Amino acid sequence: MAVKLKVKDLSFSYGSANTLEDITMELDKGEIVSLVGPNGAGKSTLIKCIDRILKPQKGTVFVDGKEAARLSSKDFSKMMGYVPQSTLEVFPYTVFDIVLMGRRPHIGWRVTSNDVKVVARTLRFMGIEEFASRYFDELSGGEKQKIAMARALAQEPKVLLLDEPTSNLDIKHQLEVMNIVKKLVQERKISAVMAMHDLNLASRFSDNMVMLKDKGVFTVGDPESVLTPANIENVYGVRAEVRNGHMGRPYVMPIEPL
Amino acid sequence: MSDDEVFDAEEVYARASWKKTLFTLVLLGSVLAVAVFATTMGAASLGMGESFGAVLAEFLPVEEVSTFAQVVVLQLRLPRILMAIITGISLGVAGAVMQGVLRNPLVSPYTLGLSSGAACGAAIAIVLGVGVFGTGRYIIVINAFFFSLLTMAIVYGISRMRGTSVETLILAGVAMGYLFSAVISLLKYVSGHEELREIVFWLMGGLYTARWENVIILIPAVLFFTMLLMRYSWDLNAMSAGEEVASSLGINVNRVRIICLSLSAVLTASVIAFTGIIGFIGLVSPHVCRLLIGSDHRYLIPCSGLIGALVLLVSDTACRTMISPTEIPVGIVTSFIGVPFFLYLLVSRKRRWWQ
Repeated sequence: MAVKLKVKDLSFSYGSANTLEDITMELDKGEIVSLVGPNGAGKSTLIKCIDRILKPQKGTVFVDGKEAARLSSKDFSKMMGYVPQSTLEVFPYTVFDIVLMGRRPHIGWRVTSNDVKVVARTLRFMGIEEFASRYFDELSGGEKQKIAMARALAQEPKVLLLDEPTSNLDIKHQLEVMNIVKKLVQERKISAVMAMHDLNLASRFSDNMVMLKDKGVFTVGDPESVLTPANIENVYGVRAEVRNGHMGRPYVMPIEPL
Repeated sequence: MSDDEVFDAEEVYARASWKKTLFTLVLLGSVLAVAVFATTMGAASLGMGESFGAVLAEFLPVEEVSTFAQVVVLQLRLPRILMAIITGISLGVAGAVMQGVLRNPLVSPYTLGLSSGAACGAAIAIVLGVGVFGTGRYIIVINAFFFSLLTMAIVYGISRMRGTSVETLILAGVAMGYLFSAVISLLKYVSGHEELREIVFWLMGGLYTARWENVIILIPAVLFFTMLLMRYSWDLNAMSAGEEVASSLGINVNRVRIICLSLSAVLTASVIAFTGIIGFIGLVSPHVCRLLIGSDHRYLIPCSGLIGALVLLVSDTACRTMISPTEIPVGIVTSFIGVPFFLYLLVSRKRRWWQ
């Protein structure tokens, strides 16, 4: 398997809240990796450092074998798509216009018929084509999240970064959004990194997990090896039982805080 | 997937784009039509024929046009009409860009302190007779222009100190506005009758000072800056989704922000230095357009400019004809005409009138 994304010795600090120290991780083609850990462990910060939204003080990120920092911001944005935790549009845009913004790295001034086709296909892929000419602010939280994902997909990225994609959604939309990520990764042979709060969703949908604690990587591996009662107790300070869940994936049952 | 659906989307998009283009053209046509009509309006009653004859006589050897008509139309009305259009465009465009770049619907050249800065510069010139560049005829204009840009620089500088947050920038603008208002009040308090009158007139704004020599410089400048700003349409669209998303779409957010703010500050300063404070247009034109055609800046910027031009031209024509031969300050008329129209749009929310 080809390595799609590699983070090497990445360190970042800004004030005291967002700090990362010597993060190293790898992501293969067609793989979903979840970043888990308690609040303040640096999940979102790491996502933003990978996407060059924040500039890490130290370390390198390689995408598709190329050093990210050496790419122009335009070329970089063709390789990496970012889905924020929540999207707030102050001004009225139609869904089509919002997804079309994802074509920004590819277009000059004129929208080509290819751009329109990519947007149309993306909307269809996400199952939201009926919203195309609706206004964004009229839609529900789950629909908005899908539109934010569609915008990132319209960039045609090699790696998709998602910052807590399910945190504001009901259980149906949580599953729908995660299924879309899974389908994407399989069909388009791209890779996805997700910052996740929900350990059970992470367990069910990720190939690998990176558990962060105190600004660094605590452990890495498949869900079975990462989600153990001992690890959860150590990282989250919570006593938990881990059972056998859907499709044999571990299912975490938090019991009490320690 | 089948190709029909893809092509269908293409057609829907093409239709939506065409409607926005049509809206822009209708606005442009309306501005031109009102401009033509406005040449016939005024204290001196001249018919259509006489007005056009006067304009044509400049370019073609047309016979029998009275010198009176020529002077009235060419020297008085035409520069004023053009000034109204160009001022409206500047304020509408600057308002749309400033709101877009700061993601805030309440921003206008007024909220960012640019107008108060200009007014303060003008008041200093009027009362103290001191200009930043010597003395002379244009001392008020130059002072107003310089102070307006200075305000933008200070406001941006303050926001830089706190890591360029949009909220800091807007609050700094509002604060600077209050400071300049205090300076203006002080100057009014210590000034004599004549000066006080002049400050009050400047603060109310008006197009009665329009001259060919100014209009001729402002037209190319305003068009140039507007086109320059339109080049950032896609960046502004992306930035409305937030800094992080914009940055992940390959946009250098800080760079686009400082370029767009500076260009719109120059655009605003260069017209209000001549006209005085004309509020409302910069704030409301972009909203009118968003309610009608949505927020895509490729259409929003030109349409907002044209709406600004239309509102200001109609208002100014009304203000110089309603109780002629004297006139009402245009700022008063702009609000009387614009506010009810805007409130109507706001309440009825006829945003998708074309569907």
